[in-house]
Amino acid sequence: MGLDTALHEIRRLDDLAGLDTPLHRLDARAKVLVTLLYLVSMLSLGRYEFSRLLPFAAFPLILAVQGGIPLSLLLRRAALALPFVIFVGIFNPLLDRSVQMALGPLAITGGMLSFASIVLRSLLAVTTGLVLLAVTGFDQICRALGRLGMPTALLVQLQFLYRYIFVLADEALRMLHARVQRCARDKRPNLREFRTLLGSLLLRTLDRAGRVHQAMLCRGFDGQMPELRPTSRFGPAEWRFCLIWGLFLIAVRILDLPLYLGGKAGGLVPGVLP
Amino acid sequence: MHMADALLSPAVGGTMWAASAGLLAYSSSRLKATMDDRRVPLMGVLAAFVFAAQMINFSIPGTGSSGHLGGGLILAVLLGPHAAFLAIASVLSVQALFFADGGLLALGCNIFNLGFFPCFLCYPFIFKPLAGENPSKGKLMTASIIAAVVGLQMGAFGVVLETVASGISELPFSSFVLLMQPIHLAIGLVEGMVTAMLVVFLHKARPELFNAPQPGAESRPLRPVVIGLALAALVTAGTLSWFASADPDGLEWSMGKVSGKEELEAPEHGIHNTLDALQKRIAFLPDYNFKEPVAAKSESSASETKTEAKPAESWPNVSAGTSLAGLIGGFMTLCLAGLVALVLRRRTHVKA
Repeated sequence: MGLDTALHEIRRLDDLAGLDTPLHRLDARAKVLVTLLYLVSMLSLGRYEFSRLLPFAAFPLILAVQGGIPLSLLLRRAALALPFVIFVGIFNPLLDRSVQMALGPLAITGGMLSFASIVLRSLLAVTTGLVLLAVTGFDQICRALGRLGMPTALLVQLQFLYRYIFVLADEALRMLHARVQRCARDKRPNLREFRTLLGSLLLRTLDRAGRVHQAMLCRGFDGQMPELRPTSRFGPAEWRFCLIWGLFLIAVRILDLPLYLGGKAGGLVPGVLP
Repeated sequence: MHMADALLSPAVGGTMWAASAGLLAYSSSRLKATMDDRRVPLMGVLAAFVFAAQMINFSIPGTGSSGHLGGGLILAVLLGPHAAFLAIASVLSVQALFFADGGLLALGCNIFNLGFFPCFLCYPFIFKPLAGENPSKGKLMTASIIAAVVGLQMGAFGVVLETVASGISELPFSSFVLLMQPIHLAIGLVEGMVTAMLVVFLHKARPELFNAPQPGAESRPLRPVVIGLALAALVTAGTLSWFASADPDGLEWSMGKVSGKEELEAPEHGIHNTLDALQKRIAFLPDYNFKEPVAAKSESSASETKTEAKPAESWPNVSAGTSLAGLIGGFMTLCLAGLVALVLRRRTHVKA
């Protein structure tokens, strides 16, 4: 991903996090905790349990719709994360050839099932993470994590990084544009150009750190950062959110909902199942 | 390079999270004790630099591929190990949140793989001794390249160990190692070169950065901390795997490996049976898995589907009827979720 696309993507997610829906207004801690429960319960399913992963799609789907997050954006981003997962998972169908089930003449091996489940796990985990960010916002997530025990130094570090990503990325983009204009072709820099480019970016970074420090001193910085607390409180709506989704997640983790539904469906239409 | 959620089991992910969280807490407390207030903005801005620099690629002559800066080592050189660890952790967190690089459960693994090795092992034990007190250009070059290569090899090995321990992927340990290490040798060489160039450049342009004492770098030996962390990780792993074994699904794979069988007989008592009983009690139609017709069919077709003729009590009950019912039901629930989402969307539109 290029620097300008990366910046664009960050701004896009920031814009979405700035929307004002009931879901956005919920305290970040509730959303963070439920997302963690979601990841643990979803990823702890066995590797052949492809069908049991499917009900878990309800969480990111429903949250995305409630929060006004376009599904196309989520799917596109989830697809970007697939290559490494496929690279590692593609060997499963070759290595595990025990037949697990038959769809008519087609034998489904354990490897196929586990590969499909790896891909689905990746899609679900990525979309859920993005939905959490898009309905909460980076700042609020950091504050929530700070409240849940993350060290203050890391909280401050995350806030600083987030503020200066845009400044430094803009700086880097200006340098890249200037280079393209001087050499009149838009291709990757070679090693020598790269060294000069990165070296001067690093020098500018260090200078900027000095200026930022001076500006902070001017505003009365005494080495202590102000405490960053969550801006909302954990009220009844948050408890309700945690309770409903918690029960749902525990239910789909313990009970094989798809098997039950599928059995019912098979019973209604004779001949569907062998 | 990034470990991914999809390949990770919660027990491994949780253990690595515990290890990384311990290191983060340790680094923060060290920084607090020795805080030089210029370091606060410096850490933030340098992390942003690494973030931006990782997205500027250069072309590697003759290969058609491209390389970029890794970041862990250069941060350790400029900030010292503790501050660098926090900085690289912040970069990885932003990448995990905004670009889904790795994922949230895997973030613990990634912080450990890409932060602990370069900051706490390669920088103090490889880079510093090799570069020496008054480093020359050549010494800086060698030290950076070797430290970066070793760090990336360790990181890649970490990914392999975490993947194999999680047991989601089928790749055997040996072939995965043979796949990962050479690729990362090449990546590490490129990364080491870039880091070396930057270090040499900076050494020429800003020599004072290299003479400043780095607080907290060696003032306390690391060994007790490492031992403490290892113990904490062991305890967490033990606790988590106990929870996991209370629910056999997640440990099915390791059972299979240990006992040499794909499936285990269901234990006579214990939590699985309780859950099973609960499931049976809740289900209105307990015979939903179409055992009889399946057995009959597999007998008649009598070819590759022999596995289905297993005794019905064996767990997990893998029969075509069950699995197919599961699949159909799975897609039904997916549709159901989609339907609920659609209705919700309709309602939000009306409201808006």
